Amino acid sequence: MGYLDNILFAIILCLGFGFFGVNIKKIIRNIKLGRDIDRSDNPSARWGNMALIALGQSKMVKRPVAGLLHIIVYVGFVIINIEVLEIVIDGLFGTHRIFSFLGAFYSILIGSFEILALLVLVAVLTFLARRNIIKLKRFIHSDLKGWPKSDANYILYFEVALMSLFLLMNAADFHLQLLGFGHYEKAGAFPVSQFIEPIFNGMNESTVMLLERAFWWIHISGILVFLNYLYFSKHLHILLAFPNTYFADLNPKGKFDNLESVTNEVKLMMDPNADPFAAAPVDENAVPVKFGASDVQDLNWVQLLNAYTCTECGRCTSSCPANITGKKLSPRKIMMDTRDRLEEVGKNIDANKGIFIPDNKTLLNDYITPEELWACTSCNACVEECPVNISPLSIIIDMRRYLVMEQSAAPMSLNAMMTNIENNGAPWQYNQQDRLNWKNEN
Amino acid sequence: MSEVLTVPTMAEMMAQGQQPEVLFWVGCAGSFDDRAKKITKAFVRILNRANVSFAVLGTEESCTGDPAKRAGNEFLFQMQAMMNIEVLNAYEAKKIVTACPHCFNTLKNEYPELGGTYEVIHHTQFLKSLLDEGRLTIEGGQFKGKRITFHDPCYLGRANNVYEAPRDLIAKLDAELVEMKRSKANGLCCGAGGAQMFKDAEPGNKEVNVERTDDALEVQPQIIAAGCPFCNTMMTDGVKNKEKEGEIKVMDVAELIANAQDL
Repeated sequence: MGYLDNILFAIILCLGFGFFGVNIKKIIRNIKLGRDIDRSDNPSARWGNMALIALGQSKMVKRPVAGLLHIIVYVGFVIINIEVLEIVIDGLFGTHRIFSFLGAFYSILIGSFEILALLVLVAVLTFLARRNIIKLKRFIHSDLKGWPKSDANYILYFEVALMSLFLLMNAADFHLQLLGFGHYEKAGAFPVSQFIEPIFNGMNESTVMLLERAFWWIHISGILVFLNYLYFSKHLHILLAFPNTYFADLNPKGKFDNLESVTNEVKLMMDPNADPFAAAPVDENAVPVKFGASDVQDLNWVQLLNAYTCTECGRCTSSCPANITGKKLSPRKIMMDTRDRLEEVGKNIDANKGIFIPDNKTLLNDYITPEELWACTSCNACVEECPVNISPLSIIIDMRRYLVMEQSAAPMSLNAMMTNIENNGAPWQYNQQDRLNWKNEN
Repeated sequence: MSEVLTVPTMAEMMAQGQQPEVLFWVGCAGSFDDRAKKITKAFVRILNRANVSFAVLGTEESCTGDPAKRAGNEFLFQMQAMMNIEVLNAYEAKKIVTACPHCFNTLKNEYPELGGTYEVIHHTQFLKSLLDEGRLTIEGGQFKGKRITFHDPCYLGRANNVYEAPRDLIAKLDAELVEMKRSKANGLCCGAGGAQMFKDAEPGNKEVNVERTDDALEVQPQIIAAGCPFCNTMMTDGVKNKEKEGEIKVMDVAELIANAQDL
């Protein structure tokens, strides 16, 4: 009978990690639906970016208030997880505070966890206030209507609950330690929960013990539930920020990729020795090249990783000149739409035994409208702002490429501009022979 | 006033068996747009004054393809790029200077993969190097003490991390350089990039150039300095929209320097 707890704990742990593993596999499969792109170059610069931007949060602090609060939650989250290690060992082996043999060091650990937990609570409550009371513009934006708004709040409620449970658990433990009850030997320091401890005064000792166990169980189960919630939530960024910053584009932001498929054709066109009547080489298995992107499978896997990484903070949208001036384009929505469509395609594949059955929908039009795409000035403000180096711009450009090269669906005035370039080498209707006239004009 | 500008072409240079120090890529705006032509000429006057050996492609120059590429027409872009690269490589161009950040970005970043590798610099960087090498001296002249704010062109600033060269030049004029609340990496676009220059804006509640002009007006400048012909147009229109054209001038950094020396 004594092992019942441990077995139950092991089962919960396995289920928690098992489900999470299944969903992570699904995410990896979905990301791999994207086109291939080589991002294996310059590993040292990539590790550097990851260390600085993901681990070091260097871009978060560009907005100091949110940045500082975020660092508190981030550091708290990482460090308090050391405590989770102890909880897991205790749970599996039926021990109680297994690390307490560390003595004074253990007190320092527990003490700092408590202080961090309190700071996290304060930060998270501030975040809730920013979203629901102060109502910062980027958090009440139309992008976030419905699930995204709830998702953001659920994450914060979760964190409030987990931190509170942690402190309550310690408070009950400390109360029992003070009474010298059962196996609750003096261990740890409780700079925060000592102030909660008096609430147990006057309670029956076994009731307090029951409460302590209840807090412990709910806390660890809550962590496992939260872990599994990640897959359904924007909160995935806590994991994906790392690969995302690693695989981000290292080129100057102004450099857009040159489509290789186009290069081949243009070279052939310009080659005076090419035989215009030569039959194109026939490759039975060749998939016709599609220029640009109309759906998620046309994007590259880094762009799809970007979509799963986006935590919908909206810094991109709040700095986008189009969005600031009331246009429909919102870089954040580009990322959210890409993820939603990718999830839809993934579910389609799950439902059809591993094969995608066309559903008469595409990322273009069903999620992202041409009006949004044409409002972009390609100014790179969104890319600059993103704390984890996501590029909404690259998706916008790939979709414009589809509109122009596959559908000839550019706005009329842009067609006129392009015709001018084609005919006379300038976006306006001037003769190329007049290019140097300015020299003699006054 | 009939001014004499010395503007050799690469073809003329080659005929004389000469290779200029730098090829000046004028760009479409610099060649055809009335306002931008003034910037081109101001820059040439400085080059002439500093005795820089330069040449232009003249009628052999063609659009870099930037607006086509940003609009999504990769075919047209690469055709333009490859034609230009053939010309540039035929003249064995090594170093290119341009007053247009869009040409600058495209030539610098997007041509190498297509076979055109050159040292490409923006005219503010080139002027800064002339200054550093002692080939050019700048005095404040009429701009001494004037309040000047610099609007960062997206394709110079964020796109290529060039923020200091234009500011260093303005500082040399003994002018009071004031920064807008959104500047450098946080600078707001003028609204022309990404081929927007050539189309109407999508429905919204404000024009981007007016929003940006508001940023500038907030710091009460006498001059809004620009480093891009398109930004120049957008900011000029913005200032007109605010009916401030009597008080505030929009000028390219090259014009500031040329005018300061009464060139």
